[in-house]
Amino acid sequence: MALTKQATGIASSTEERTNDIDRESPVRLPMAASLILGGLSCIGMLASIWLIFFYTPIDALQGVTQRIFYFHVPTAWVGMSAFVVMTIAGIIYLIKPDERLDWIARASGEIGAVFLTFLLITGSLWGKPIWGAWWVWDPKLTAALILWFMFIGYLMLRSYMGRTPESARIGAVWSVVGVIDVPIIYFSVLWWRGQHPGPQITSNGGLPPAAVLTLMVSLATFTLLYCFLMVLVYQLQRLQTQAQRLRAIVE
Amino acid sequence: MRIFLSQVIAILWKDIRYELRSKQTWLGMGMFALLVLVIFNFTFDLRVDNVSAVAPGVLWIAFIFASLLGLGRTLAAEREQSSMDRLLLCPVNRKAIYLAKLLGNLLFIGVVEIVALPVYALLFNVSLPAALLLIVLLGTLGIASIGTLFSVMAAATRARELLLPILVFPLIVPVVISVIQATQQLMVPKVNEPPWIGLLIAFDIIFLSISMLTFQYVIEE
Amino acid sequence: MALLGANGAGKTTILRILAGLIKPSAGTVSVLGLDIIQDVQQIRRCIGFVGHQSYLYEELTILENLLFFARMYTVPHRQERVRELVRHVGLERRMHERVGALSRGQVQRVAWARALLHAPRLLLLDEPDTGLDRDGGELIDALLTEHIAMDGSVLFTTHLLERVLQQSDRIVILGNGRVVYNRETAGLELDELQRKYREVTS
Repeated sequence: MALTKQATGIASSTEERTNDIDRESPVRLPMAASLILGGLSCIGMLASIWLIFFYTPIDALQGVTQRIFYFHVPTAWVGMSAFVVMTIAGIIYLIKPDERLDWIARASGEIGAVFLTFLLITGSLWGKPIWGAWWVWDPKLTAALILWFMFIGYLMLRSYMGRTPESARIGAVWSVVGVIDVPIIYFSVLWWRGQHPGPQITSNGGLPPAAVLTLMVSLATFTLLYCFLMVLVYQLQRLQTQAQRLRAIVE
Repeated sequence: MRIFLSQVIAILWKDIRYELRSKQTWLGMGMFALLVLVIFNFTFDLRVDNVSAVAPGVLWIAFIFASLLGLGRTLAAEREQSSMDRLLLCPVNRKAIYLAKLLGNLLFIGVVEIVALPVYALLFNVSLPAALLLIVLLGTLGIASIGTLFSVMAAATRARELLLPILVFPLIVPVVISVIQATQQLMVPKVNEPPWIGLLIAFDIIFLSISMLTFQYVIEE
Repeated sequence: MALLGANGAGKTTILRILAGLIKPSAGTVSVLGLDIIQDVQQIRRCIGFVGHQSYLYEELTILENLLFFARMYTVPHRQERVRELVRHVGLERRMHERVGALSRGQVQRVAWARALLHAPRLLLLDEPDTGLDRDGGELIDALLTEHIAMDGSVLFTTHLLERVLQQSDRIVILGNGRVVYNRETAGLELDELQRKYREVTS
C-alpha cells in the first residue's frame, strides 16, 4: 500500500472537546488588560474633554463648532487603523490559519464599523454649519463613506457565512481588496473634485500649540479607547465561537 | 504555459456551451439593458446642452446593472451541485479558473453592451467613436475583474443576489468615475483633465492582479 | 483498503482531504510519497475520485463532459481514450445525451469513467456500492480488478461488512475521527469483524 496518512484534527469525543475548550479560557490576563486600558481611556477622555472645551482657543473662522475637529480627526484615525489591523490579521490568517487571528479581525471590523458611523455623523454635524450642507461629495467624505461600506460589507459577509474557516478566508480577501481600493477611491475623487478643509497640522498657517496639544491628547485617548474595546470584543468573539461549538456538541 | 492557456480556454468553452443551452440569460440581460436606457430617456429631460453631462452616466448605469446580472451566470454552472468540487478535483491552476470565469463574464456583458450601444446612440443622438469602445472595454474589465472575484464569494452565501451589489458597488467607484469622465471627455473635451484612460488602465491592472492572487483563497476549502 | 465507521466518524472527510478538496487543520498528510500541501496538484493528477455526487455537468453530454475533464487532466490522445472508456462502461450508444437525462446508474458509470480517464494510481471511492444496479455492480468489479492488475491502489468507504473481507486486503475502522482498528484481512473472520465493528459504532 503506497499510502500513508495520519489522523488529522477532526472533532474528537465529547469529553475531549469540552476539555479543549476549557483549556482555551485563561481569563486573568485579558481582565487585567481591560481594566488598565479602560481606566486609562476614562482618564484620557476626561482630560480630553476638559482640554477641548476649556483649554483650546476658539477658532477664529469657524467658532465653537470647530471643536468637533478634536473628536472627528481621532475617530478617522482609529477607523482607518482598525481597517489596517483587520487586513493584517486577515493576511496572516491566509498564510497560517489560526482562529485567534480571525477573532482579532472580526473584533476590529465591528469596532471600525462603529467608529466610522460616528465619523460620518460628526462629519455631517460639523459640515452643516460650515458648508451649509449635510453632505458633499469631496474626496475625504467619499472615501470615508466607502470605508464605511467596506466595514458594513465585511460584517454582512461574515454574518451570512457564519463562523467557518471559509468565512474567515473570504473576510480576509475582502479586507485586502478594500485596503488597496479605498486609497484609490480617495485619489480618484480627488482628481475629480475637492472641498475638504486642508490638513491643519502644518507649521505655516497651522494650529496654535495649545490646539496641537489637545489634538494629540485626543488622539492618544481614542487610541486607548480602541485598544480597550479590542480586548473586550476579542473576548466576545472567543466566547461566541466557543458557545457555538458547545451548542454543536449538545445537539 | 500552453497547458495553462489550454485549460482556460477549455473551461471558458465549457461555460459558453453551458450558457448557450440555457437560453434565458442572454435575452434577459439584453432586454434589461435596453429597458434601462429607455426608462432613462423618459426620466431625464434631454435637451441638447444637457446631453454630454447626463448621457454617459445613463449608459454606464445601464451597463453596471447589466453586469451585475451577468456576473452570476458563469457561477451558475458550478453552483448546480452547490460546489466547485468538479473543477477543484482536477489538477488545474486556480488562476486559470479565475481567468476563464473572467473572460466568460466579459463575453456575456460584452454582448449586451454591443447591443445596447447602437440603441444608446440612437436614443440620445450621440456618435460612437472608436475610442468609446476602448473605454467601454476597459471599464467593463475593471467591473468584471472585481465582480468575478466577489460573485464567487457571494455564491457561498444565502443572500447571493442581495449581497453581490452591496459588495461590488463601493469597490468599483474609481472605475466608474474614470469611465464616465473619460466618456464625457470624448463628447466635450476639456483642458487640464487628468489622463482618465491611463488611470483606467492602471485600475484594471491593480484589480486584475489582486483578484487573481486572492482567488484561490476564495474557492478552496 | 477499506475504511469503515459509523456515519459522521470522518470517513468522507478523510477521502476529501486525500483528494485535495479540504486542507487538514493539523498534522501532515502524504499521498504516494507527496505532501498534500506542497505537491497537491501532482497528487490530484494521480487520484481518481468517485463519491456521492457525480461531479459531472448535467447540461453537457457524456462525451463533452469526459472530453472536458480529459483536457483538465491533460490526458494524451483525448478522443481515443474517452471513446474507449465510454465503450468500456457500456454507454456508447448514449454518448451524445445530456448527463441530466440519464438514469442514476448510468450517471454513476460516467462518473467512474471520469475517475479513470487519467489512469490514476489511487482510486478513492466513497461508498461505491450504493445506487448501483446488478449490471453496474459487475461493471465496477471488472473495472476495479483491471485497476488493481495495473498496480493501482484503492481506498474505499463502505457500510457492507460482508463484502469487505473479499474485496480488501486491509481494514481500518474509524471512531469519532480516530483510527481505532487497523489490520490486514488475511485470516480475519466475518464474526470477529462484525463484533469489532459493533463495539466501535455503539
